[in-house]
Amino acid sequence: MLPQFLQFLFSGITVGATYALAALGFTLIYNASNVINFAQGEFIMLGGMLVFYFMQAGLPLPVAVALAIAIPAVVGMLLEKLAIEPARDAEVVTLIIITIGASLVIRGLIQIWLGKGAHSYPGFSGSDPIHIGGATLLPQSLWVLGVTALVVVALWYFFSRTLAGKAILATSCNRLAAELVGINTQWVLLVSFALSAALGAIGGVLLTPITLTSYDVGIMLGLKGFVAAVVGGLGSGLGAVLGGLLVGVIEAMAAGYISSAYKDAVPFILILFILFFMPRGILGAQVTERV
Amino acid sequence: MSGVRRHYSLMLLAAVLLLLPLVLPNNFYYDIVIRMAINAIIALGLNLLIGFAGQISLGHAGFIGIGAYASAILPTHFGWHPLLAMAAGAAIASSIAAILARPIFRLKGQYLAMATLGMGIIIAIVIKNEAAYTGGPDGMPVAPIGLMGFEIAGEKQWYWVLAATLLFSFWAAKNLIDSPFGRALRALHGSEVAAQVMGVDIVRYKVAIFVLSAFFASLMGSVTAHYIGFVTPNIADFFHSIELVTMVVIGGMASIYGSLIGAVLLTALPQALSTFEGWETVVFGSILMTCMIFMPKGLVPTLAARFGRNGREDP
Repeated sequence: MLPQFLQFLFSGITVGATYALAALGFTLIYNASNVINFAQGEFIMLGGMLVFYFMQAGLPLPVAVALAIAIPAVVGMLLEKLAIEPARDAEVVTLIIITIGASLVIRGLIQIWLGKGAHSYPGFSGSDPIHIGGATLLPQSLWVLGVTALVVVALWYFFSRTLAGKAILATSCNRLAAELVGINTQWVLLVSFALSAALGAIGGVLLTPITLTSYDVGIMLGLKGFVAAVVGGLGSGLGAVLGGLLVGVIEAMAAGYISSAYKDAVPFILILFILFFMPRGILGAQVTERV
Repeated sequence: MSGVRRHYSLMLLAAVLLLLPLVLPNNFYYDIVIRMAINAIIALGLNLLIGFAGQISLGHAGFIGIGAYASAILPTHFGWHPLLAMAAGAAIASSIAAILARPIFRLKGQYLAMATLGMGIIIAIVIKNEAAYTGGPDGMPVAPIGLMGFEIAGEKQWYWVLAATLLFSFWAAKNLIDSPFGRALRALHGSEVAAQVMGVDIVRYKVAIFVLSAFFASLMGSVTAHYIGFVTPNIADFFHSIELVTMVVIGGMASIYGSLIGAVLLTALPQALSTFEGWETVVFGSILMTCMIFMPKGLVPTLAARFGRNGREDP
């Protein structure tokens, strides 16, 4: 009984950490620009696929990982510069469709370049499972959790202790006021997209040895990250992390105890419940609307 | 707008639909035109929601899936008459829309997008998993549909059925928009607060239009199922929902003829792209982005503004 529960919990937290990173990415971009970036999932896919490609090409793991995080960050900046910025004043629906278009382009290019097959690479510290209380934990899961925790701490430091981070926060509070005190809001937007893409890519890089990757995994992972962001309360950083872990754990429990066929439906049932009963999410701010 | 002038565009559409069979060389082209008509009717319903009520549904394919599978399952497994099955599908889709809409519309902004997204994906997953009834990922055949003893079969008969439905839908939509209901919807899109102050019950109107668009979508799902004679879960998936929203937005939000143009273009696009072998997704995505960046209002309103006769677009 308990070992089984622990097993589900471990796999839930591991996947949940990736959702949390994706949700943080959504939150960052949403706060900086009010755009819901539907291409977020593609950055997760890019992370995993690029590590696979660079390792195939014979590069050592650290170099492959660095490139697999840096390249999506550049793609994120290109997306902002070439597609989001020219359409700044468009309606929300229009911006959503632009990001969906971008996700199709990214997915299509990867499919042409690396094919339709599923790929993986070995875990960073081997694959000998660790036994805890009758359940097993892959060393790669520890990597996922450890790095996610580090990233969260680093983000907290960035936003609360550095000038650049505070500039981003200021912009998300009030764009005009931020501009008036001399913050370069265009730069803020660019950094948000780069950071958000890098976060997604980190998730993909870490998760791939456990779950495999292919050109089309981005949609589901991205949508679940989005659910996590909403569950946590859209716009709240801590909420995104909690939301991600919660979605991951509930999904794993439902898959284990109820039905594995309906595993993918769980986050979406969850989002309907949240919207019906606590629409601001767990940690979402109370929003007052100006007319 | 005067009585006669508002019917010009409808008469033009009727003329095109009447004359089209003279230039369609074979069944392959009939098939494409029929698909365009089906998509145009769905896009029209969705446009009432997106363009006039200012709400977005990212799960509309779910409603289409409900209609399609009601028409597939009820006659096959339970011996229902196809028309009754079609009505049942539409009733289920409308009820789901109504249940979903009430609490959601009390909230702001992008919440409907999230709720419909969740709902659409859940419906698609249910269809894929309940293989005993739905045939699972492989899909299932659909019985033909008959009206008073006549069975609708072949592209030519379906063409006339859909041409008539299309014309009726456009006429109905035009009337709806010019009615007090339509004016309330437009007021709502302009400013919800102002509309509320003027006495418009905004939640009730939003729910009504959402239910109506779900109803349209489910009916057309049934029609698609009977026309093709086979359904697969793809009809309900997220990508299909996105395609529909794209038709509305590319054609032009709040423009009735925009929906028609959007549906025609996006139905033709995959055919045109088949020459790009493997590059379809990339080209499709690029076109989507380019259109939205350079013509955020959509084709018809943009062109109407450029060549505008009276500086005001025809809704």
